[in-house]
Amino acid sequence: MSRSEKTTSRVTPALASTIASSVVAQQTAQPLAQQTAKPQAPASSVQGFASGASTANGSDLPGLLTRQLSVGYGDRSVLDALDVSIHPGSFTVIIGPNACGKSTLLRALARLLSPRGGQVLLDGRDIAHTPAKELARRVGMLPQTSTAPEGIAVVDLVSRGRHPYQGLLRRWSSEDEHAVRSALADTGLTEFASRAVDELSGGQRQRVWIAMALAQQTPVLLLDEPTTYLDIAHQIEVMDLCQAMNRRGRTLVAVLHDLNQAARYATDLIAVRDGRVIAQGHPDQVVTAEVVHTVFGVRARVIEDPESGRPMVIPRYIPAPLMSAVAITDADTNAS
Amino acid sequence: MRCEAASGTATDPAISPAVGPATWGAGVTGSSLSAGSRPPGAPRSGPSNITTGLCSQALWPTRVRHLRPGPYSLRVDLVTTTVTVVLVLAALAVGAWSMVTGSSTITAGEVWAALGGRADAGTTRIVVQWRLPRVVFALLAGAALAIAGAIFQSITRNPLGSPDIIGFSTGAYTGALLVSVLGWTSVWATPTGALLGGLGTGAVVYLFARRVGRSGIRLVIVGIGVSVLLGAVNTYLLTVMRLEQAIAAASWGAGSLNDVGWVQVWPVLAALVLAAGLLALFARGMALLEMGDDAAQSIGINAERTRVVLLVAAVALVAVVTAAAGPIAFVALAAPQLAMRLCGASQVQAVPAAAVGALLLVGSDLVARAALAPLQLPVGIVTMCLGGAYLVWLLLGLGRRSRT
Repeated sequence: MSRSEKTTSRVTPALASTIASSVVAQQTAQPLAQQTAKPQAPASSVQGFASGASTANGSDLPGLLTRQLSVGYGDRSVLDALDVSIHPGSFTVIIGPNACGKSTLLRALARLLSPRGGQVLLDGRDIAHTPAKELARRVGMLPQTSTAPEGIAVVDLVSRGRHPYQGLLRRWSSEDEHAVRSALADTGLTEFASRAVDELSGGQRQRVWIAMALAQQTPVLLLDEPTTYLDIAHQIEVMDLCQAMNRRGRTLVAVLHDLNQAARYATDLIAVRDGRVIAQGHPDQVVTAEVVHTVFGVRARVIEDPESGRPMVIPRYIPAPLMSAVAITDADTNAS
Repeated sequence: MRCEAASGTATDPAISPAVGPATWGAGVTGSSLSAGSRPPGAPRSGPSNITTGLCSQALWPTRVRHLRPGPYSLRVDLVTTTVTVVLVLAALAVGAWSMVTGSSTITAGEVWAALGGRADAGTTRIVVQWRLPRVVFALLAGAALAIAGAIFQSITRNPLGSPDIIGFSTGAYTGALLVSVLGWTSVWATPTGALLGGLGTGAVVYLFARRVGRSGIRLVIVGIGVSVLLGAVNTYLLTVMRLEQAIAAASWGAGSLNDVGWVQVWPVLAALVLAAGLLALFARGMALLEMGDDAAQSIGINAERTRVVLLVAAVALVAVVTAAAGPIAFVALAAPQLAMRLCGASQVQAVPAAAVGALLLVGSDLVARAALAPLQLPVGIVTMCLGGAYLVWLLLGLGRRSRT
C-alpha cells in the first residue's frame, strides 16, 4: 500500500481510512452512467477514445465541435476560422497563454458568445438555433465568476441547476429533488445543504457551483478555470472531482492555467495561441518542449511525472542576464 | 448523521460504506489513486467510485416546503408566505381605517352601508367616489412602485437601484414642469408631460450606462448624475413660472393622492395585471440573473430578453403611477429591501415587496390626511420622511458591514 500512503500525504488525514475500500471499489465497481443516460453511451465512448478510435473525422460523431468558428469583441478578432472537436467522453483541457482566446472558445462552445462566422455543432446540430433551456439540458457551464446571492442556502443555489427542467407549473419535481441530492452527495456537501453559501470556505464554495452544474445533468460540462483562486489542496479536490465526473460518462472541457495539472488530468489537450490551435491530442503527444515553447514562449524540460506517468513541464532555470546566450538543443529538451 | 445508500450504488458492497457525508473524501481520493496507478496510454476502464448517496436527511431549511399536487409541483417558503399574508392583511386593515378617517365623520357601519348602496347620497359620494378610489389607488400604486423597485434593484444588483435614484422621478417632474411653463393646460397635460419626461430620462440613463458598460452600479451612478442635473433644471423652471402655477406644480411634484379618482385607478390596475403576467414568466429568470449573466445563461435563461422585458414592465408601472399622482418618493426604493429583510430572504422578491409597498403607501396616505387635519399633506412628504430615515439606516448598515 505504498501508493496509498503517498496519496494520503496530500489529503486530509480523516479521509485516509476510506482509501483502502476505494481501491477495491476501483477494481470491482461497474461504471455508473445513470446520470447521462440519454444521448451517448458514455462508458464505451471513453474506452473508444482511449484505445485510439477517436481520431475519426468529426461531424458524424456525437459530440461538440466547431467549424470555421470566428469570434471577436468590437474590432478585435479573437478566434479566426477555428476547427476543434471535443470527443464524446473525453476530458478535454484547453491550454494557452493569457488572452490567447481559450476562454473565448469555451464561452462560444457554451453559446455565451455568438460567433461572427462559422458554427458550433452539438451532435451535428448548430447550437445557434437550439432553444435556451434545451441547450442547458445538454451543455452545462461553470463560469469563471458567479455571484451567490447573500445568505442563500447551499441547497437553494444547487437547485438552480434544475432550471432547464422546470416550467411555470413544474417547479420542483421528485427528479429535481433526486438530482440535487445526488449532486450534493457527489460533492460532499450534503451536510452543508442548509448552510449559507457565504459561510463556506473558497474550496467549498467552488464545490457548490460544481454541484449546481452537476444537478443540471448535462452530458457535456464546460469549466472556465475551475481551480483559479484555490489553494493546492482544493485544486486537487476539484480536479479529482472533475476526473470522477468524466469517468462517469460526462464529457468535460476545461480551461486551465496549470500545464502540469492539464497534463495529469486531461485525456485530450488543445493548445491555443493567438486564436489558433497549435496542437491537439493526448497529453503525451501535446506536452512536449517544442509545443510548450511555441505556445508559451517558455524553454522547458519535459519529464515523466513519477505519480501519473504523464508528461510534466519543468521550466528551465536560466539566470536572466544569460538568457539570450544559452542555446537549447533538442537533446536537452527531450531529456525525459 | 449517517445515511442509507440507495439507488444503483447500494448493490455494490465495495461502495456502500463510503456513502454519506464522507463520500467526498472517499470518492475523490479513490479517483486520484487510480490516475496515479494507471500507466500512460493504458485503456481506462476507470469506473468512478463517487457514489450517488441518497438519504432521508433533510436537505432544505425547515422554512421550505415542496408541494406536488398531481403533475404540478411548487416550492413554498413558509416564512415569506406568512410575512406576505400578514402584510397584505395589515395593508387592508389600514385601508379600512383610512375609509373611516376624514373631515366628515362617517362610522364604519355607514361606510359599509354606502359600499352596499344603502346610504344617503352625500355619504355614498364621499365613500364611493372620494375615499374608496383613494384607498384603492394607494394600495395598487404602492404595490406597483414596489414591484418596479424590486425589478430595478434586482437588475442593477444594487439596493439603491430604484426609479427615484436613477432619475426617472426627477425626469417626470421636469416633463410636467415644462408642459406647465409652455402653457399647455389640458387635463392630460401634466400626466403626458410626466410620462414623456420620465421615459425620456430613463432611456437616456439606460443608454449612457450601456455605453460605459452594463454593470448595475453604473446605471445608479449615471442616474444620480442625470437626476442632479434635472434637479437644477426643475428649480430653474419653478423660478420662471407664475406664482400660482409654481405652487400647483410644486404640490404635484411632491406626489399627492388628493385628486385621485377612479379615472386614475384603472391604468394602474391594468399595468399591475400586465406586470403580474410578465413576472409569472420572468421572475425566476430575474432571481437567477443575479448570479451573473454567464451563470444564468448556462442554466437556460435568455439574459438580454429577461432584462428588457422586466425593465419595460418596471418603467410602465412607475410611469402610470407618476402620471396619476406625481413622483411619490422612496416607496420603490425602500419596499423591496424592507420586504427582503422581513422575510429573511437572500434576494429581493416582487410579491412580498408589493405587499410592503401597498402597506407603506396606504399608511403614509393615512398619515398625510390625518396628521395635520384638516390640512392635507401631499403623501410624498410622508414617504420622503420615511424614506430618508430608511436611507440613513441602510447606509449605516452598509457602513457597518464594510468595516467588519
